[in-house]
Amino acid sequence: MKVLELNNIKKAFGDLSVLQDITVTVNKGEVVAIIGPSGSGKSTLLRCATLLETIDSGEIIYLGEHAARTDASGHVQYEDAEQLKNIRSYFGLVFQNFNLFPHYSVMKNVTDALISVQKVQKGKAKERASALLEKMGLQDKADCYPYQLSGGQQQRVSIVRALAMNPEVLFFDEPTSALDPELTGEVLKVIRSLSEDNMTMVIVTHEMQFAQQIADTVYFMDAGRVVEKGSPESVLQSPKEERTQRFLERYSTP
Amino acid sequence: MTLGTIITQLANGLLKSILIFSLTLIGSLPLGLFVAFGRMNRWTPFKKFALNKKSRLIGLVSSIKPVQMLIKLYISLMRGTPLMLQLMVVYFGPYYLLGISIGQNYRFYAVIIGFILNYAAYFAEIYRSGIESMPVGQYEAAAVLGYSKAQTFIKIILPQVIKRILPAITNEVITLVKDTSLAFAIAYTEMFTLARKIASSQTTLVPFVVAGIFYYFFNLLVAWFMERCENKLNYFR
Ligand SMILES: Nc1ncnc2c1ncn2[C@@H]1O[C@H](COP(=O)(O)OP(=O)(O)OP(=O)(O)O)[C@@H](O)[C@H]1O
Ligand SMILES: [Mg+2]
Repeated sequence: MKVLELNNIKKAFGDLSVLQDITVTVNKGEVVAIIGPSGSGKSTLLRCATLLETIDSGEIIYLGEHAARTDASGHVQYEDAEQLKNIRSYFGLVFQNFNLFPHYSVMKNVTDALISVQKVQKGKAKERASALLEKMGLQDKADCYPYQLSGGQQQRVSIVRALAMNPEVLFFDEPTSALDPELTGEVLKVIRSLSEDNMTMVIVTHEMQFAQQIADTVYFMDAGRVVEKGSPESVLQSPKEERTQRFLERYSTP
Repeated sequence: MTLGTIITQLANGLLKSILIFSLTLIGSLPLGLFVAFGRMNRWTPFKKFALNKKSRLIGLVSSIKPVQMLIKLYISLMRGTPLMLQLMVVYFGPYYLLGISIGQNYRFYAVIIGFILNYAAYFAEIYRSGIESMPVGQYEAAAVLGYSKAQTFIKIILPQVIKRILPAITNEVITLVKDTSLAFAIAYTEMFTLARKIASSQTTLVPFVVAGIFYYFFNLLVAWFMERCENKLNYFR
């Protein structure tokens, strides 16, 4: 089953064309890794998929339901607010710099949207949050405030916050690049454990080894296009495109 | 007149000063927030003309933000002219400009209206600075989690804004305590007006000294209270 279809997405900021006809399909349980040089449009693609940016052309479909479509005359049509709210419940996004709510405790960060957006009962929300926090090794941090946590812990809380909403697909935008090297391991471990639970994920990352291990499909983007896609072995080990080869060379030589 | 009677009379005046102070805050703190929204309003009703980009004049007209312009004008008038003058306009304006005769009670209302309008302008700019200083990531995290715009502002943004702007608010509130004395401009008998009356009729400076001490302790109390508020918000960073 297709969880997400991004069809022929185009996006420009003023005169700068950032996404030029991008198509990405994500099946249930699939882990997609998106790699590519800085400025190639990876974050913009995730931001379009999560409705933080509007597309100029193309289609966004979650579980067969349209979030946006382009009509015959080339105009992009987004669904109404009600349907978009519904669509938003299908995905979660983990940011590079966490974006936890600083005035909420860890527990409230995780439960508040459950209670005030999804209208889950308070007790049930807390139960779900406690179970997830426990799973991520954060059970003793429930009453802490974000500033009292390390970067790695904050990122794990933000993953729990996204997971608690029961999304069909979870997006990550460079989840470890704001962390000190010794803290990236704990976050990658958590993401790996999610893939073992068959969580559908789309991960933008610069950690090539990690992408190799965890991804079912790797997309290599450059200058707003998908240059190459395929299994991690084909894209990362024996890339066909010259542009991919040049990009990967920078990572193989330490 | 003994010191005791001076103190009792001024204490009565002080109650009126406190009344001006409280009503001004109750009115201007919320009003300031709405003024701040108006100040940040980006509504451009003439934008449809922008399709025709040939003329610079049309380009200019199409970018007009009427709500924002109006609020900017209001704020600049409130900040650019003396509060004393504003009080006189509010008090005498209805009669001299509109020919409406005004009752005795209106003196008090004029004071309150004048103060609220003036302080709302200052508070609006403080709110705006706080709101604009919020990192966009907070809005985005809330949007992805499905919070509505209103929920995002009330639950996520506003508490953080309040923490950021509290020191600036404290400054204004302390200024307000002293500004209540400007009500003498339209002869409303709060503490300072009373002190002047007693001083001239009794030819003594004692009332001014007493009034000064009252203002000072009033402000000590305000500063103490505001510090408590700031400490209350220290549980997060
Ligand atoms: N809001 C914006 N306004 C204007 N230009 C933007 C905006 N956001 C991104 N861009 C531009 O779009 C291009 C793609 O940016 P994007 O952040 O998607 O790249 P990226 O692949 O995520 O890069 P990185 O690996 O550095 O995160 C860049 O040239 C960037 O400057
Ligand atoms: Mg990026």
